[in-house]
Amino acid sequence: MKAHLTRRYRFSASHRLHSSEMPDAWNRETYGKCNNPHGHGHNYHLEVTVSGPVDPQTGMVCNLFDLDGFVASEILDRFGHQNLNTLPEFADEVPTTENLCVTIYDILQRGFRHAHLEKVRMEETMMNSFEYAGGAELRS
Amino acid sequence: MVYLTRKAEFAASHYYHNPEFSPEQNRAIFGKCNNPNGHGHNYTLEVTVKGQVDPQSGFVVDLKQLKEIMNREVLDAMDHRFLNKEVPEFLHQIPTTENLAIAIWQRLSPKLQAAQLHRVRVYETPDLFVDFYGEA
Repeated sequence: MKAHLTRRYRFSASHRLHSSEMPDAWNRETYGKCNNPHGHGHNYHLEVTVSGPVDPQTGMVCNLFDLDGFVASEILDRFGHQNLNTLPEFADEVPTTENLCVTIYDILQRGFRHAHLEKVRMEETMMNSFEYAGGAELRS
Repeated sequence: MVYLTRKAEFAASHYYHNPEFSPEQNRAIFGKCNNPNGHGHNYTLEVTVKGQVDPQSGFVVDLKQLKEIMNREVLDAMDHRFLNKEVPEFLHQIPTTENLAIAIWQRLSPKLQAAQLHRVRVYETPDLFVDFYGEA
């Protein structure tokens, strides 16, 4: 039996939306308040969905110790309480939540081996969220 | 096709233990969840059905009937129960959230007539949930 398991995590970080390739006026017009040179922060919520057959021995799709451990060391420790613009992941990319969502998906896709990664969902605030499934169709 | 979701809450206790594993293996794999006296959760259940909107009633499904089926098949059996000892599916199967979602699907699916079961989502806590779509 195939089941989908979703775990929610939280981390806080700051960012500034600014493209160095574009003129300041374009940045101000495109990003508005998010272009403030000193940056601003969010309490991000991250949802990781994995899937797979339920192991008859353990009753699990994957052991949460493995998922929590991987997310803590590879994602929460890397991005939590950081200024995203200063990180190598965003040296050439604007740290929008779209790009953050794709970056986190790619980290999990490359490194997490205990279950199939279905999707990553990020809430930047209670009012907006982003989902990425690596190009696969999102399921309702 | 229209999708309709109904929520319900129930509280139950459980613990994780596989009699085929040694006590050390059980503790290593299941951690705190292996405490034989059990521990509890406030579960939230979301049942999603799909179907065409009936032109006469404007309903995908009669919500009263769906609520009655959920109450009878799930809540009466699981609310304020020790899942390992009181729910037949878990006498010989570990009551993980994965297995709980599958068991709820198997209880509800044959009872629904007009609408088709699409998804069973079980929240063990606000930070952990399992979706089951009836896939083999």
